[in-house]
Amino acid sequence: MTTPNAVLTADFAAIVGAAYVTSAGPTDAVLGCRPRWVVAPGSPEEVAAVLRAATAAGLRIAPRGGGTKQSWGNPPTALDAILALHRLDRVLEHAWGDMTATVEAGCSVLHLQQTLAAHGQRLALDPLWPQQATVGGILSTNDSGTLRIRFGTLRDAVIGMLVALPDGTLARSGGKVVKNVAGYDLPKLLTGAFGTLGVIVEATFRLYSLPDQMVACSIQAATVAPLQALLLRLLDTAITPTGLQLRAAAEGAALDVRFEGTAAACAAQLDTVRRLAGDLPCSAADPAVWTAHEAIWPGAEPAVIARVSVLPTDLARLCTAAAACVAPGGAWQLVAQGTGGGLLRLAAPADRLPAAVHQLRAAIPAGDGSLVVLDCPPAIRPQIDIWGPPGDALPLMQRIKAQFDPTGTLNPGRFVGGL
Amino acid sequence: MQAQLLHELRAIVGADGLITRPEQLQTYECDGLTNFRVVPAAVLLPATAAQVQAIVRVCHREHIPFVARGSGTGLSGGALPVTGGIVISLTRLNRILEVDLINGRVTVEPGVINAHVTAAVAAAGYFYAPDPSSQSVCTIGGNVAENSGGAHCLKYGFTVTHVLGLDVVLPDGTLVHLGSKAGDGPGYDLAGVFVGSEGTLGIATRVILRVVKQPQTVQTLLAAFPSPDAAGAAVSAIIAAGILPAAVEMMDRLSIQAAEAAVHPGYPVCDGLLLVELDGPSAEVEARMAQVQAICRDCGAWELRLAQSAEERLLVWKGRKAAFAAMGRISPNYIVQDGVIPRTALPRVLHEIAALGAAAGLRVANVFHAGDGNLHPLVLYDRRVPGQEHTAETLAFAILQLCVQAGGSITGEHGVGMEKKAFMPVMFAEPDLETMQRVRCAFDPLHLANPDKIFPRPRLCGESAGPYRPHPLETAGVAERF
Repeated sequence: MTTPNAVLTADFAAIVGAAYVTSAGPTDAVLGCRPRWVVAPGSPEEVAAVLRAATAAGLRIAPRGGGTKQSWGNPPTALDAILALHRLDRVLEHAWGDMTATVEAGCSVLHLQQTLAAHGQRLALDPLWPQQATVGGILSTNDSGTLRIRFGTLRDAVIGMLVALPDGTLARSGGKVVKNVAGYDLPKLLTGAFGTLGVIVEATFRLYSLPDQMVACSIQAATVAPLQALLLRLLDTAITPTGLQLRAAAEGAALDVRFEGTAAACAAQLDTVRRLAGDLPCSAADPAVWTAHEAIWPGAEPAVIARVSVLPTDLARLCTAAAACVAPGGAWQLVAQGTGGGLLRLAAPADRLPAAVHQLRAAIPAGDGSLVVLDCPPAIRPQIDIWGPPGDALPLMQRIKAQFDPTGTLNPGRFVGGL
Repeated sequence: MQAQLLHELRAIVGADGLITRPEQLQTYECDGLTNFRVVPAAVLLPATAAQVQAIVRVCHREHIPFVARGSGTGLSGGALPVTGGIVISLTRLNRILEVDLINGRVTVEPGVINAHVTAAVAAAGYFYAPDPSSQSVCTIGGNVAENSGGAHCLKYGFTVTHVLGLDVVLPDGTLVHLGSKAGDGPGYDLAGVFVGSEGTLGIATRVILRVVKQPQTVQTLLAAFPSPDAAGAAVSAIIAAGILPAAVEMMDRLSIQAAEAAVHPGYPVCDGLLLVELDGPSAEVEARMAQVQAICRDCGAWELRLAQSAEERLLVWKGRKAAFAAMGRISPNYIVQDGVIPRTALPRVLHEIAALGAAAGLRVANVFHAGDGNLHPLVLYDRRVPGQEHTAETLAFAILQLCVQAGGSITGEHGVGMEKKAFMPVMFAEPDLETMQRVRCAFDPLHLANPDKIFPRPRLCGESAGPYRPHPLETAGVAERF
């Protein structure tokens, strides 16, 4: 870098104000890569201007919201500044009559949900750590939770976006109406792109009503097999659960089923579940089961947390393969949604985890599933293929990256195939 | 087209897969939007993905533009051929390749008819949810290109919601797999971007669809209101009550008359007819339908008619789905538009459309998806009257401007195509369009796949982007930064 730090600091300060350009500390490091600055813009125009200045100076930028998922992905190949979005934290518009909301990227999911709840509405998504996680962060990582069986993922919820590109372009796409096919669907391209194409500045979502009633039950079994069978039977009925979750580990398994709607409809559907469950014990669900995807996270022993996606018919097979790859002596735990997507924890002595990941990935049928490592002990990270095979569309993805970020300013190297 | 090239293309598809005779080529000169017509140099009818790939490779080598086509029912000129280019008709790729009901997946070739997907899974209690009015003839490939909707997308989502993966022949002839059967794979959501790209990013040769379980109960209500305003108020009240209908359609007096003349659905004749369909668990549907009926009465409905049988329900829908074609019964010519507005703007925009129609001296029929604000104003006119077609076009454009000013979109499900590309700058600023075209440049730097559609001007791939300029919605005071 030929430009001295002091000059760049002054450049950033001229854009966002001196108070919002700070020296980065150890906690700002991304997977061991420590930046020099944290820059916090206060408007979409400032985000764009910071990116333009950084690109011109050849700097590398990592956008950051709540910072809850900064350890996901590959380490950046280089990092000069964190682009912190916490000042862009407002719900700009809640058009409750139209059931849409436009919100800034730095707004926490919890704050958004509380704002929407004032009119009995919600973003029908329950991602990880809503108190800290921001709208921009969940979009960039395409996070979701237990509601997806009924309401889908963010790609179904996001209808418009304002994005800042590395060259300083601010571009809108989509709109504020749910139904809209004018132009390419850039919100889908940016969702799950791990901040490698542009910085999401604002997003507009389709909303749903909060439910009148909610009931849920949990069915227990000693092994996964009977619950896998029950899950498939339930998917083949006309019940409409808003949660259908398989929790499994060596110690036992449970299937959680949630319904929302009128009391009578909830009761009738619960009866159907009980009937199909047959002899398996069925009881009212502990509300904590719906945050099981968070509870899988902490732990003292060395472990890998992975995002897995398989067909619903393959969930039991995935559990068998997970048990095999951590044996002997290791532990595994799965929290999967009825769609086949979920989180998996593999615990074993650290030196055995890379092989366990490799073995489990090989057990997933090609093209019918995937395993992405989200978290693992830092020492073994270099030995683990975080993303897995990128598929034959990688050259196309590289061309997309080259079009949006030709200088490799944003999160270089963090995504699939080193994008 | 050179004889040598034709020979090469014939070798790929066989003699019965190549059309070059002028009178046969004319069949392909337009799609459902008939006021644009271009006769292509040749039409190819491949029967396999490998043939599609071989054709595209030749096109890439020779820089020949190509346009993919399904049944040609599109309403925005998306399948309009290019002068000197070829049309690749995908109707022979019409096999259902796999039905995996236990996982809710059906894999098809692009030429499969939309309704045939449901037909393949109906006996087992499943259906394919996107239901454009042309579903008995339109193809999945065309639906993918347009991201087709339909009446039931209010609850079930659009084509993109139901496409999990695609095999795509890129404009350079490479075959890639986008998305997957399981979904959620790592990488950019290129399947999500491809759906709705109107044939400008490549040709899908295999599509993995999601099918869903049929609901336990379906109830369809017809409610007759004294005015479109009253019907619009009922729609808002239904949604505000937290009810998510499977469909909410609205028809005005002209549309009702046209539908009656065409298929005799026996609708009550009124100024605002609502068709409300609820589906789901029986107890839920019964309770909600009682609520819907009470809301309709409160909003002034003078007749409520609940379809009593599957046959009655089908007849109700037949009238709605025939509404466009039925306009021919009451007007020699018409233009159908596809603007979208926020639902709460319905009454105001309907008044303004009526005022614009009156000022232009033309009738405008309204039949639309009220639940999601997707208007289908039909501007009625007579081409034989000098100047009237131009007046109708001007009126249709003014209606789209109204939609954008209300915070909506120029198209909800028909696509931009050839018809509305000049309107894109009404909705998007130059940086917005330029950013979209970066995607185009990554997929198709030579602009061979359905060129001259969607964008008012092609971007030269490789040119650098400009700095930020204020958005037209901001300068117009429609959108604002806080």
